[in-house]
Parts: sequence; C-alpha cells; structure tokens
Amino acid sequence: MSEFTPLSGLLGGMLIGLGAALFAVLNGRIAGISGVLGGLAAPSASDTPWRIAFLAGLLLGPWIASAAFAIRPDITVTGSPMLLIAAGLLVGFGTRLGNGCTSGHGVCGLARGSRRSLAATVTFFLVAVATVFVMRRALGR
Amino acid sequence: MMRLLGALIAGCLIGIGLAVSQMMNPDKVLSFIDFFGDWDPTLAMVMIGAIAVAVPGFWLAGKRERPLLEAAFTFPRRKDIDLRLIGGAAIFGLGWGLVGFCPGPALAALSTGATPAFIFVAAMVAGMLAYKAVFPSR
Repeated sequence: MSEFTPLSGLLGGMLIGLGAALFAVLNGRIAGISGVLGGLAAPSASDTPWRIAFLAGLLLGPWIASAAFAIRPDITVTGSPMLLIAAGLLVGFGTRLGNGCTSGHGVCGLARGSRRSLAATVTFFLVAVATVFVMRRALGR
Repeated sequence: MMRLLGALIAGCLIGIGLAVSQMMNPDKVLSFIDFFGDWDPTLAMVMIGAIAVAVPGFWLAGKRERPLLEAAFTFPRRKDIDLRLIGGAAIFGLGWGLVGFCPGPALAALSTGATPAFIFVAAMVAGMLAYKAVFPSR
C-alpha cells in the first residue's frame, strides 16, 4: 500500500493549480485534460496547435521533474490489459459526455465555483469509491 | 506563437505537478479512492494545493476584459445540471475506479514509457471517438 506524502502532494497540487491559473489568465481557457484532448476529435485549424502544445507540455513535465527534483515516477497498475481497455473506454466516453474530468471539473471548475463541476466531481468521486469498494472488498481483486 | 508558449508552459506545470505529487501512479490514486482500506489521503492534499492556487488565478481572470494572449475567454457558462453531466461523470467515475487512471495522469504517464499507460490512453481515445460517433453534433 502507498504511504501518505502530504508535502509532495501539496507541492505537486500547487504546481497543477499554477498551470491551471496561468492557462486561465494567459489563454483564457480551462485546463481540462479530457477537453483539450477530446477537442482534437473535431479538428479546427485555429485550435489544434495550442491543444498539441498543451499536451506536449503535459508529457514533457514529468521529464523536467525527473531532471530537476530527481524524481523517478513509479507507475504501478494492478489491473489486467482487458481491465485497462474497459477503464479507458469508460473514461474516454464518460469525460466527453460529462464535459470534464478531474482537472476540468475537479480543479478548474471547483476553483471557479461552478455548480455543474461540483455536481460532476461529487458524482465521479462517489462512483469511483463504490467501484473500488466492490472490486477490492466484494470481488477481492 | 505566444499563445502556444502559454499552453506549453501550462501543460508543463501540470505534468511536473502530477509527477511531484505521484498522482501519475494509479496505485497511489486507488489508495485514496479505497476509503475502506489502508487509506492514503495524499490526493486530498493535491486537490487542496491545486484549488488554493487556482482560485486566485480564476479570480484574476474574471477581473480582466480578455486574457493576456487570446482575444476572449472561453470559459463554460452553463449552470444547469442535466442527466448528461451526471451520467457522464458516473461513467467516468466507474472507469477511474477500475484502474486508477484519469486523463491527465494517464497522458503524463506516457512519458515514462509504461505499457499500461499506452493501453489505457489508446482505449480512452477510442472512447472519445465513440462519443463523437454517437453524438456527432456536440
């Protein structure tokens, strides 16, 4: 099981918040990852470049963190490939249908006091908690 | 050009934050979501830190006529809570709870070369395209 790391959690969270705040003030946009990525499905010449730039930054970030803070990101996944595929399909479809994910609704939406984002965040948290409960406690996975 | 730099820097900061906070690691995320297990409250600290910094950012944005690098703000204005919002959030929550990946961390995790991240992101993109096929107008 993982250990409580409050300081690196708070610092990492503040960096995420800084990215979202800058994107709002500089570009006037919501730093919602599912929205930025999903928008590429309906390409418009004026939108595609900034979407690619944002996503490139997102992938570059962990490398910078590795170089600057000597962090080696650990990616531990317990699920099977089939479960990963099912989860990916649900996350992709659900975030488009619900107009956002943890970043767009959870960080940006809550920070700007959006009722819709609060409703969405409470919903996806509760469903995720119920899902993990069933998977781990009832099915013992 | 400047707006591309703005997007790149914003994405970068979020990517660094996801690595520093270890939210790129599905196992750590699941340890938060697993309320009834050996609970790891780190994700709550990440949300507190992120929102604490984002609030003044959005407040500042709200005071301005237009953003610094674009012609206008493109923030959503809707206030209604409809079935699509709640249904979509529920479907997302189910997928998130199954593995512990949400879109940002999954994309950031591609940078490590981890195979599960590639499988998840490929399926996530397929899910987004499926949405586009079902609701072409939105």
